[in-house]
Amino acid sequence: MPGWFSADLAIQASYFVTAVLFIMGLKRMSSPVTARSGILWAGAGMAVATLITFLYPGMSNYGLILPAMLVGGVLAAWSGRRVAMTNMPQMIALYNGMGGGAAAAIAAVELYRGGTEGYASTTLAVAGGIIGAVSFSGSAIAFGKLQGLITRSLRFSGQQMLNVLLLLAALVLGALVIAHASVTPAVVTGFFVLALILGITMTLPIGGADMPVVISLYNALTGLAVGFEGFVLNNAAMIIAGTVVGSAGTLLTQLMAKAMNRSLGNVLFSGFGDTGAAATGEVQGSLKPIEASDVGVMLAFASKVIVVPGYGMAVAQAQHKIWELCQLLIDRGVQVRFAIHPVAGRMPGHMNVLLAEAGVPYDLIADLDEINAEFDTADAALIIGANDVVNPVARTDKSSPIYGMPILNADKAKNVIVIKRGQGAGFSGIENALFYLDNTRMLYGDAQKAAAELIQAVKAVG
Amino acid sequence: MTGMVALYIFMLAAFTGYEVIARVPVILHTPLMSGSNFVHGIVLVGAMVALGGAQTPLEKAIGFIGVLLAAGNAVGGYVVTERMLEMFKTSGARTRGEKRTA
Repeated sequence: MPGWFSADLAIQASYFVTAVLFIMGLKRMSSPVTARSGILWAGAGMAVATLITFLYPGMSNYGLILPAMLVGGVLAAWSGRRVAMTNMPQMIALYNGMGGGAAAAIAAVELYRGGTEGYASTTLAVAGGIIGAVSFSGSAIAFGKLQGLITRSLRFSGQQMLNVLLLLAALVLGALVIAHASVTPAVVTGFFVLALILGITMTLPIGGADMPVVISLYNALTGLAVGFEGFVLNNAAMIIAGTVVGSAGTLLTQLMAKAMNRSLGNVLFSGFGDTGAAATGEVQGSLKPIEASDVGVMLAFASKVIVVPGYGMAVAQAQHKIWELCQLLIDRGVQVRFAIHPVAGRMPGHMNVLLAEAGVPYDLIADLDEINAEFDTADAALIIGANDVVNPVARTDKSSPIYGMPILNADKAKNVIVIKRGQGAGFSGIENALFYLDNTRMLYGDAQKAAAELIQAVKAVG
Repeated sequence: MTGMVALYIFMLAAFTGYEVIARVPVILHTPLMSGSNFVHGIVLVGAMVALGGAQTPLEKAIGFIGVLLAAGNAVGGYVVTERMLEMFKTSGARTRGEKRTA
């Protein structure tokens, strides 16, 4: 081996390559054309960094490292392959929480050992520890809520006060550790326990509808925690990857909150975004039902149809049938487009994933700004399992909780067909004025069955 | 690494993350969040180093949990991101000999 070669040089060079691959991978992931290759690049970076770390000087405990990697990796690969696309948001929350927990674990190892050298390093270990622990327990609660394991949003008066007190207490213990005043295992343990409880009490009151923003926030926080622990371990790959995710995640969180017409503070400290929080306004008019065969004729002879899918469609697993219906219409020369509201599905972009799963090409899918001008020229708007995102009261009624939220102007189409299970209100509990308009017809039933009936009806037109 | 250099790296990496994500279409928000979730799975190398240097049984136990969780973050994040991005296709790609979903 030549004299200039050393394990340290190999490690540093590999981490450099990893950082480049991560940044280029993320960049490629931000365009649909190159997105697929982006994750492969980032994956290659991860593989390089993981393999070279086995050469780290002074490493022992390989008998523990390998089994831990194997168990964690196999469980995650198994669950990641099995999860349905509709459950993707909570799965991301789960994996993200694991990352936060790992960052906290690194901090814990360093701190139980009696702190690291220097105040700066110990401060970063403590900061990464508290952020990672909050992200860990908070993400676990977010997972539980979206998975339906936790159904109630726990709220009581003085809750914000409790959170502030918990945070202060954790910070005081953290400061004690930093000042080397009393670095006993008990103080370190208390610090982590308080941080874990804080993550739980912070997340419990937040409603299901706001959860995506919270998951995104915890994703950014985990990134930050990883970056901080990278400073502690003097590990360049962790510093760069963690910080990049921290800032990218913060921006992504802001974009999501904006798409939902909420501010981040509002999400974290209000408690809307839960069912039953809304007042119901009186709506004029009546609901007018229609038969599938009539809808079939209408669609078959339309020149332009805009489909507005909502989470209800995904729950009924109707996206495959809907796409089959649309392919029939396209073959007849009908112009079909899908209009996606930023918050359709469980998080921004989730509906695009669900439609992609059914095989809908992404160039037929338009977002709110693109499509809203086109409703005027559409012969029919087909609303499937969407509700609040097409409710015109968001434009007109100042007293409505969703007032000001950008909506899809489905009411501007010549005919509006709403496929809906029953007569209930939407996720926010608000009556939908769209359903009562003169040009609206209701097609009641399960979205998948209704779509199958529509396929038959269009075929029958010949 | 000296403190100031570390601070510069932090600052530049933060701007890089911001610039890379700015102007991303809403259609990719979910996969991108998942992708960035995978990237912070790099915590695995830190957890490996922490466990590799652990001495007492307590340090070893925490380090073991850390590596286990970090491996879950990295592998799980990769699998779900890859599954999501694999599905994004244009109508052009679809008509080139791909069978239609029934």
